[in-house]
Amino acid sequence: MALSAPAFLRGRRPRLDMAKEEAAEGYLMVLPVGLGLLIFSFGPIFASLYLSFTSWDLFGPPEWIGLLNYTGMFRDQLFLKSMSNTLYYTLLAVPFGTALALAVAIALNQKLRGTNILRTVFFLPSVCSDVAIAVTWVWLYMPDMGLFDIILKSVGLPSPHWLSSTEWAMPSVVIMAIWGGLGYNMVIFLAGLQSIAQEYYEAAMIDGANRWQSFWRVTMPLLSPITFFVVIMYVIGSLQVFASVYVMTGGGPYNATLTIAYYLFRNGFEWFKMGYASSLAYVLFFVILAVTLVQFVLQRRWVYYES
Amino acid sequence: MALLPARRTRTGLGIVGKIALYILLAIGTVSMLLPFVWMVSTSLKEPGNIFLLPPQWVPIPPRWQNYPDLLKVIPFHLLFLNSLKIALLSVTGALFANSMGAFAFARVRFPGRDPLFMVLLATMMIPGTVTLIPVFIIMKTLGWLDTHYPLIVPAYFGGAFGTFFLRQFFLGLPQDFVDSARMDGCRFFGVYWRIFLPLAKPALATLAIFGFMGSWNDLIGPLIYLNTLEKLTLPLGLAILKGGLRAPGHYTLVMAGATISITPMLILFFSAQKYFVQAIVRSGLRA
Repeated sequence: MALSAPAFLRGRRPRLDMAKEEAAEGYLMVLPVGLGLLIFSFGPIFASLYLSFTSWDLFGPPEWIGLLNYTGMFRDQLFLKSMSNTLYYTLLAVPFGTALALAVAIALNQKLRGTNILRTVFFLPSVCSDVAIAVTWVWLYMPDMGLFDIILKSVGLPSPHWLSSTEWAMPSVVIMAIWGGLGYNMVIFLAGLQSIAQEYYEAAMIDGANRWQSFWRVTMPLLSPITFFVVIMYVIGSLQVFASVYVMTGGGPYNATLTIAYYLFRNGFEWFKMGYASSLAYVLFFVILAVTLVQFVLQRRWVYYES
Repeated sequence: MALLPARRTRTGLGIVGKIALYILLAIGTVSMLLPFVWMVSTSLKEPGNIFLLPPQWVPIPPRWQNYPDLLKVIPFHLLFLNSLKIALLSVTGALFANSMGAFAFARVRFPGRDPLFMVLLATMMIPGTVTLIPVFIIMKTLGWLDTHYPLIVPAYFGGAFGTFFLRQFFLGLPQDFVDSARMDGCRFFGVYWRIFLPLAKPALATLAIFGFMGSWNDLIGPLIYLNTLEKLTLPLGLAILKGGLRAPGHYTLVMAGATISITPMLILFFSAQKYFVQAIVRSGLRA
């Protein structure tokens, strides 16, 4: 690089101009992100709010119908069904999925041979697409000929008919989702476990605590911010579940696995009811927001922050 | 290849505890691997043999012909190239827009910078379903339906998470780097391009891997934008394959498709494990 003259020899411009130039450069550099914010976030957020008060089939102008989309929802059996299905999915997936991920993380945080390989094994599904996982599990769940039924039959148990039973279809989707998300949450829990200072355990041991006590009195409280984060993200993801049910069941049987995100997709992109689909999107948004806010209020009772 | 550097904490388990733990972990491992084994194994079976009892775990001889057969049903090689093209182009765009924006938010002073950044962060809370329909309408208006543009172009306008992630990284670099380069008459863009960007390679790699994975595995985007068979991506092609081949005997082909679609991600994962873990841990611990 060529030597450059010291700044004072080059005749520095006044400070004000420098600041203006700096600002201009700053605006140019955030321009792509700023435009993206406008075009792909802000614009759409308001556009879809507007559309949610209209009836629109993509052809011709949207027709303003006021609150009709929202008031009509409560008489729409499919909406009510999809909402309760989504909550059912979330209530099954989040507690079991979180507890299992924590258990695996604790097991793989022990002084054992091969834990590194096992961590990799548990993480594998997290890099695979929902679709690839879903088609594989459809094959595993296949009545009579699927691997699960073969295994059940060989030990003399009856098949619950998995995806073709209205009662078992949703739990079957949840089992797959827990399997698929286990490794991701395990990695977050492992990082949390490893950030707990060893001294706490030593102090607990000196005070005569056994493993069980030090788990509940040391590990759980110190891990609670991580647990909180995992639960929040898991809930937000579960309330929007789409790909797995789209591939596995198409919402069936008898709408037993129709989730709110899937119902929204059908309204918008199969029936071209863009107005109604937009109102569903807003309802989903507010449900997510409300559930998240409630969790933030409740966290005071169980999440422990150091300092 | 450690997923996370081993830092053993607790004192040793008793021998009984250790054995119990090993048994539980063995059950866990088998449950985790079984679907993968079944996927690959089915993809190599004679179509007539997939219902054999007891099930055939290792098909002998393996029927490699299922893979060429798959291409006769659906042009999976084209779908593979489409997925690759879309993922690479969108990752490139996202890295560029995010890193440039992140640098400006971290190191350049301009009026309105911090409020703008807060607004950007707030958009991380908005679920994708809310913006889905208006963005679809934008793409339709542009005449971009059934093209790859809707899956690539938005990435060139960055995103909240990537910008946030790289801004954090840039804030960790010394301000002296900016000052001395400025003193030498370097523009801010030069400081970003010549100094900060090369230093951010690990953070960029982490972000690139996550962006690639998100694009490679996405279903909803391709589902609403693409129609023509030759333009589909792997996940969408796989979903259509599964829906189209209703006869159970065709599961050899569906599993061949699934195997093809996960292999690149597995290779990427095994060659860059630490970046995967970093990305998750960072996104997790910022809470």
